[in-house]
Amino acid sequence: MSESVMAAQRPAKSASTRMKIILEKFFNFKTLRGFSTVVVFCVLWQLVVYYEVPYLLNLPRPLDVANNAGASAAAPDYWINWGLSLMRIFIGFIAAQVIGIPLGLAMGISRTFKQFTFSIFEILRPIPPIAWIPVAILFWPTRELSIYFLVFIGAFYIQILNVIQGVSNISVNVKWAAYSLGAKPKDIFWRILLPGSLPSIVTGMTVGMGVAWNVLIAAEMIAAQGGLGRSTWESYTNHNIPYIVVGMASIGLAGSLCSVLLRWLGKRAMPWTKKF
Amino acid sequence: MTDGKKIPGAISIRHVSKIYDPEGVHVEAMRDCTFDIAAGEFAIVVGPSGCGKTTLLNAVAGFDTITGGEIYLDDELISSTRYQIKPNVDRMVVFQNGALFPWKTVIQNITYGPIVQRKMSKAEAYAKAREMLELVCLNGLEDKYPEELSSGVQRRVEILRALINEPRVVMLDEPFRGLDAVAKTVMHEFLMQLFCATPRTMFFITHDLDEAIFLGNKVVIMTTRPAQIKKIVTVDLPWPRQHRVMNTKQYIDLKQEVLEAVHEEARKAFEAGEREMA
Repeated sequence: MSESVMAAQRPAKSASTRMKIILEKFFNFKTLRGFSTVVVFCVLWQLVVYYEVPYLLNLPRPLDVANNAGASAAAPDYWINWGLSLMRIFIGFIAAQVIGIPLGLAMGISRTFKQFTFSIFEILRPIPPIAWIPVAILFWPTRELSIYFLVFIGAFYIQILNVIQGVSNISVNVKWAAYSLGAKPKDIFWRILLPGSLPSIVTGMTVGMGVAWNVLIAAEMIAAQGGLGRSTWESYTNHNIPYIVVGMASIGLAGSLCSVLLRWLGKRAMPWTKKF
Repeated sequence: MTDGKKIPGAISIRHVSKIYDPEGVHVEAMRDCTFDIAAGEFAIVVGPSGCGKTTLLNAVAGFDTITGGEIYLDDELISSTRYQIKPNVDRMVVFQNGALFPWKTVIQNITYGPIVQRKMSKAEAYAKAREMLELVCLNGLEDKYPEELSSGVQRRVEILRALINEPRVVMLDEPFRGLDAVAKTVMHEFLMQLFCATPRTMFFITHDLDEAIFLGNKVVIMTTRPAQIKKIVTVDLPWPRQHRVMNTKQYIDLKQEVLEAVHEEARKAFEAGEREMA
């Protein structure tokens, strides 16, 4: 990690050194150790299938899964499913941030506002997002909208809680210091409260993204047309067992891509912290 | 600042008292405190922990209200039971646990005041900040974030952030608490250097008596809660002081005098604590 930071600070580097950095990053003992466990896992998996271990009879062979993955990647449908899922996540998640962050800030800053809103918030919050599925389907005119809404619910409450926490974590001394230095309430908001609660906001996004994927997959399996969750479920009903594994792996990959993206954004937005 | 004109920054504390939650728990933090800090004086307030020193500082800074008496800054009323001037650049505070903005670099922290008040352009403020950093040998740290600095350096940056605004009063609430003895001597020299370069009214809270006598013109000793003024000791050691002064008879006598007064109060606080526990 420190190497990549150093590399980022160096202004110009030739293609060969850049290549070397990339190679060093991927071929070292750390990654080899991790890779060896993956190999052992695949070997065990193959053995389980080969010896027909009881209860695990339906398990596909690793090779079948790999073949299926190759075939899927070549088919446009597979990528359409990726696109559908990512779009649903994107819309629901962004909506949760756009509404959740200002609401959370308002609740964190104004005690009166919090007193008005917190009780209703606390009544609705413990309802698991998946429990909203029937209502969402009934309520929203299209299936797509109801899925956006469910993803939204998944990321929304967590973000509000995190923003409130973030605002209250800012030390009163920091606020007082800013007032002494001549800051007006407007400056306090933009220059103190917002950057001060940013670490919590990014945490809220990361956790919310995880929940959003959970909810999305459940919602897709039940109600959607297309999407990674739906295609995995359909391959179960069609008894296309290798694709079930491919679908699961794709969902995992998509989720981790989203967290990587968020972590990268967090680092960008908060150069002062090493937390993300 | 010192071009023949009288330095501003005289603080007058008149019969100030403070009761927290008068209808409920009723904690009397200060009772009838009266003393003056002359303009350009380095005043040190000492007293047992939790006696109400910080309450007094918060009242002078405008962070907290008082329930009796008045506080004047240069004959202007800044706080009474009915009236309070909000915190402003006249009264800068350096806090006990540090209050640098973690999301701003050293230079952004220092220049925050002049820029947010639109007193200087960004370029002017940066130039001024660089000059100050150089003066105290902290140049090269401009683009570091506070977290990357030791707590001693953080505190020095925070003091510069206060001084760039040329406040009438600088208030420091146990700024060097938690620093080791060696770091403290460096900090004392740093503060002394800045103070001698531009004398300014200082309101410095501590419970380190060496720090008090080494730095102060005037040591105000407060009683255990509710805080009252127990004794005011004038320290007329010549400026600038060096650490050798600690071995002189005058210094040792002064320390003895302060120590006796403080010790008596500390014992009272201890006994009160014992009673509260029982």
